[in-house]
Amino acid sequence: MQTETMTVNLGPQHPATHGVLRVVLELDGEVVIKCTPEVGYLHTGIEKTAEAKLYYKVIPMTDRMDYLAPMSNNLGYCLAVEKLLGVEAPPKAQWARVLLTEITRLNSHLVWLGTHALDIGAMSMLLYVFREREDLLTIYEAVSGQRMMSTYFRIGGLADDLPDDFEPMVRKVLKTFPVRFQEYENILTNNRIWRNRTIGVGVISKEEAIKSGITGPMLRAAGVKHDLRKARPYSSYEKFDFEIPTQQASDCFARYQVRLEEMRQSLRIIQQAMDGMPEGRYLARVPGVVLPTKEEALFQMEAMIYHFKLVTEGFHPPKGEVYVTIESPKGELGYYIVSDGGTMPYRMRVRPPSFVNISALSKLVVGRLLADVIACIGSIDIVLGEVDR
Amino acid sequence: MNNVTRERVTAQFGDKILATTESFGELAFAVDKSAIVALTRFLRDDIALKYVHLSDITATDWPEREQRFEVIYHLYSYDLTEYVRFKVHVADKESVPTLTGEWDTANWLEREVFDLFGISFDGHPDLRRILLWDEFEGHPLRKDYPLTYETPQFTYNKDLPPEVIK
Repeated sequence: MQTETMTVNLGPQHPATHGVLRVVLELDGEVVIKCTPEVGYLHTGIEKTAEAKLYYKVIPMTDRMDYLAPMSNNLGYCLAVEKLLGVEAPPKAQWARVLLTEITRLNSHLVWLGTHALDIGAMSMLLYVFREREDLLTIYEAVSGQRMMSTYFRIGGLADDLPDDFEPMVRKVLKTFPVRFQEYENILTNNRIWRNRTIGVGVISKEEAIKSGITGPMLRAAGVKHDLRKARPYSSYEKFDFEIPTQQASDCFARYQVRLEEMRQSLRIIQQAMDGMPEGRYLARVPGVVLPTKEEALFQMEAMIYHFKLVTEGFHPPKGEVYVTIESPKGELGYYIVSDGGTMPYRMRVRPPSFVNISALSKLVVGRLLADVIACIGSIDIVLGEVDR
Repeated sequence: MNNVTRERVTAQFGDKILATTESFGELAFAVDKSAIVALTRFLRDDIALKYVHLSDITATDWPEREQRFEVIYHLYSYDLTEYVRFKVHVADKESVPTLTGEWDTANWLEREVFDLFGISFDGHPDLRRILLWDEFEGHPLRKDYPLTYETPQFTYNKDLPPEVIK
């Protein structure tokens, strides 16, 4: 009788690891007895690079961390710098930011649903969610000219005004998506294979989840009713009406239910933001700190001078440090920015939700089958660009 | 809200607190490194505070100071919905007590600080590099580490002196 255990490298080049995650598994037969995730294959030193860039030149780099939720990353960074400067974005920019970050949440959750379903055998889902994602990427393209790395938010507002065809595109999403979500539910929720692969898999208790620092949909699936959009509202979230979906089971199926319900709540927020979109400026009027609008820069002398100074020299925020967190689609996304009074951040730290969530992987999978590891990695919803930065 | 935290921490650990600041509406304590474990455990278990979530551990490098590193902890309370920040000042080659006994999150976060700053944590069960590869030399987030330093990593240039690209 052979009693040796076997070590298996899952990844880094494996499609079910959602990028370049490597998991070293020690197996007894098909049962996992030890699991060590190894990260870092996509480390690009964003925190170091940010120390040598003017404040607003950091924004494009934040897109590239969680590339499925670029607007959330932009928002967290812009809010942190705005807090440092004492600048507040005008109402229209705040509403647009809420609307677009909720579209980002839909985008991120849709890709999660497609890839997670693909991993555990429901291949057609990927095609359906990418069909829907196309509508969202069209909106990205309309506002920023880019389909993925949008870089649309600026310190003090937005890069440009919302385009004229923005509203019909958002209305189309609001109209079609509820039907699509019902389609997904028809395919998955009562599907026997789906239920067998997800119910009771990857369970982590509420106490363990808190101890492991898990945030976001995973924490809500473990029964903690907490959402930073409600607990510490930013960018006018307190003016929107939405629910925080929770589940008690804390397995892969509960996470699926939470994310699906979150997408429905996102649609509610988008509806409210679109209906109540205020008129006015999309950039705060703070000369010397916030860029002027394009028209101003072209037709007003002072605005052009400020524009020139901002682009060449930058601005000097007061000395100090801020820690701003937002609820990104993956969880609690934090930006810790230290300013020494110079034009570049002295230190920019990103608190990545995926990084902390994936560190709890071994708690989900030890004692379960190898095939469940795939379901667990999928249900955590990681983006390696953000884990490794 | 911040006042509750401030009062309870000062009442309990007054002699270990080196400085208290409140800027941008964020409460921060600079504490003696010997107290950090007891202090965070107190905040986590205290019934009126319940800072149960260790949000982040990171560091900053101030090379001109005598104690060049600041290790920074952010704790969050789901009940108070408030963050609190703790700072521990350490010199080069000095270590900090680990929080892995209190929070499992601390494991990877401390490994990251060790990797990028070279600050070691006493009692950490698995202190090795996390983002960079094991053979990497230096700690990139230190201020004296050049931004565009090309570390040799291929067979054709591994014996050449490192090159700084301008």
